[in-house]
Amino acid sequence: MAQMTDTAGPVMTTADGTPLKQALARATRRSKIRAFLLVAPLLLFILVTFIIPIFDMLSRSVSNPEVQEAIPETAALLADWDGQGLPSEDVFASMAKELSKKENRREIGRMAARLNFEDSGFRSLLNKTQRRIDRVKEGPYKDALIAIDKDWGETRVWKIIQLMSPPTTLSYYLNALDRTYDQDGNVVMQPDWKQIYVQLFLKTIYVSLGVTVACLILAYPISYLLATLPPSRGNLLLILVLLPFWTSLLVRTTSWIVLLQTNGVINDTLVWLGVISDENRITMIYNMTGTVIAMTHILMPFMVLPLYSVMKTISPSYLRAARSLGANPLVAFVRVYMPQTVPGVGAGSILVFILAIGYYITPALVGGQDGQLISNFIAYHMQKSLNWGLAAALGTILLAGVLAMYWLYDRIVGIDNMKLG
Amino acid sequence: MADNKTPFVQFSEVQKTYDGEILVVKDLNLDIEAGEFVTMLGPSGSGKTTCLMMLAGFETPTEGRIMLGNRELNNVPPHKRGIGMVFQNYALFPHMTVAENLAFPLEVRKLSKSEIEGKVQRALDMVELTSFGGRRPGQLSGGQQQRVALARALVFEPDLVLMDEPLGALDKNLREQMQYEIKHIHEKLGMTVVYVTHDQSEALTMSDRIAVFNDGRIQQLAPPADLYERPENAFVAQFIGENNRLLGTVEEDDGRNCAVRVDGRMIRAVSVNHAGRGSPTTLSLRPERVTLNPEDGSLPNIFDAKVEELIYLGDHIRARVSTCGDDEFIVKVPNAHGHQTLAEGAEVRVGWAMEDCRALDA
Repeated sequence: MAQMTDTAGPVMTTADGTPLKQALARATRRSKIRAFLLVAPLLLFILVTFIIPIFDMLSRSVSNPEVQEAIPETAALLADWDGQGLPSEDVFASMAKELSKKENRREIGRMAARLNFEDSGFRSLLNKTQRRIDRVKEGPYKDALIAIDKDWGETRVWKIIQLMSPPTTLSYYLNALDRTYDQDGNVVMQPDWKQIYVQLFLKTIYVSLGVTVACLILAYPISYLLATLPPSRGNLLLILVLLPFWTSLLVRTTSWIVLLQTNGVINDTLVWLGVISDENRITMIYNMTGTVIAMTHILMPFMVLPLYSVMKTISPSYLRAARSLGANPLVAFVRVYMPQTVPGVGAGSILVFILAIGYYITPALVGGQDGQLISNFIAYHMQKSLNWGLAAALGTILLAGVLAMYWLYDRIVGIDNMKLG
Repeated sequence: MADNKTPFVQFSEVQKTYDGEILVVKDLNLDIEAGEFVTMLGPSGSGKTTCLMMLAGFETPTEGRIMLGNRELNNVPPHKRGIGMVFQNYALFPHMTVAENLAFPLEVRKLSKSEIEGKVQRALDMVELTSFGGRRPGQLSGGQQQRVALARALVFEPDLVLMDEPLGALDKNLREQMQYEIKHIHEKLGMTVVYVTHDQSEALTMSDRIAVFNDGRIQQLAPPADLYERPENAFVAQFIGENNRLLGTVEEDDGRNCAVRVDGRMIRAVSVNHAGRGSPTTLSLRPERVTLNPEDGSLPNIFDAKVEELIYLGDHIRARVSTCGDDEFIVKVPNAHGHQTLAEGAEVRVGWAMEDCRALDA
């Protein structure tokens, strides 16, 4: 008895005297290492293909090294310029010197492309100047440059170079929100004809909301049917719902083209039935209608599955109980059944909305001119205009919007209320 | 029951089939008086729950009529029947608090707010959950959920309450406690209760009358004591309580008593439900009515037996003996002062009175 009181001190120990916690940690270390090794390949894969690209995109949306790399000395001199009139002769001299360096050609090319995003005259201005700069042997360089191209005599040109000199910039974000810097470096709206992105974001949100609501309205009864049918028939129906999942996205989208086009199945049928005349065929594709129809169809399973999995767990005895308590079928459904499906409605809606807001291939194929969404413009800037900074800024805004949605959903419904399957 | 007044609930010639091939309920006739506590007892698949669901309105009878008071129920939807129901898994609405659950039947009946509050509070008091109104069902124990379900079925003061194995999910002690509580509430409020269970002790404890179901038919409808002591057929004798079965042939029959040949021996029994001389019969005998080593001539049936197995159960000792060609014959020896000590393999004699041995259908 006396011995026992001795060993039972404040720190619990094992028989050989090591502290109990230490012994436990040692005993569980092996299983922890094994668990980590099991997830390591996937972790590495996600890190390389997902996390790193996202941070690369975030940094690309603000990075602006082109001017710095091409004309470092001129950029440093321009930093002190007050922006009134034209810069001093020193600036012109250094510009002429740096533009004439043969080993700098690639950097200058990139700078030309970068400045061209801000004002579309820059590429030709710089190319022209570079070609002729060798003829300029001595000063005054101001006159010499203005002689090559009179644009060098404009304050605006120098102003833009000065604004684009720092290694980071918000101009891509301003651009993505239809804003720009004016001559004095103030943020102003783009001219009307260049304002497209804010409207495009709004349109993307409206379309996504519309698709979400359409999916919800169409999926709710189907899911209810699936969940209440006897399992044998329910499973068959579920396979029919999942069938589109096993078909290529491209096939599904192009089959909508076959159905909806002006000489497609639906129009032909309507004309044959005499509902519309041959001249008044309905345009249902290569516009917003086509985008919404095809996206609703393609995203439907993402609404059905969470709804179904939630409804499956709701015992039919709740509805029976409600009816035995005196509620007619409608009241029983609305007051007892529907509130219990909220986790499924939330999960399905947020899933469909988030997928819709970044949807690319369907609008690209069936959207035509006005059925394009924000992701199509991101792709355009990635592949055609090569304005990766703007593409990154648009993508970042989209990502922030989706995260804001999550936050809002968590505040209103609660994220742990969500049930995906 | 030759009663002149019309019964409160009446099943007449009710049949039910789900697939058009098998009758789940065959020709059911059942009259229930107002204020009665009737239990439908039977093994699973015997049709008892189907009967309850037809009464509640969730199943329609394929044939026959169900009457409630003077109203034919067949075409009345469940929500217009005004019947309270307690479900097997309680079916409390998980997204509503206890008070909201109780208020639900009152709200759909469009009662005034103050009236609803008063009734909900009284219902909570009745099941001793006065301070639990604000909780969700998920925060209550099984027994508490059970009480809420009971209160919800009673809060709108229905004349008829149906209970579908309401105590099935509770542990043994709680179940017994709830049995008394339901019984007391029934006595206090005086509503009619139709209760479904497969637990015979529950049925015996609570009911005024028990309808034993098997194979889609009521095998016997009787008060608990009658059911145990005077079973009318072999199924009821076997299903209710413990029972010794001896198979034999009727040799003599004077209409009241009979002599049955079992394994070459003649056993005197009461004629209840056999087809007359020469027909096969099942003798039913409760283990506690068997006397061990009776005096010669004290009982009409005395036979030699051999003790096969002894099980000590505290208040009594179960002895499995072989006699009359049956080696599953059970004798209960009460653990009373000076009871007989038995040893396995011992030769004994067993005897029983003629009234305790009932000749039933084969």
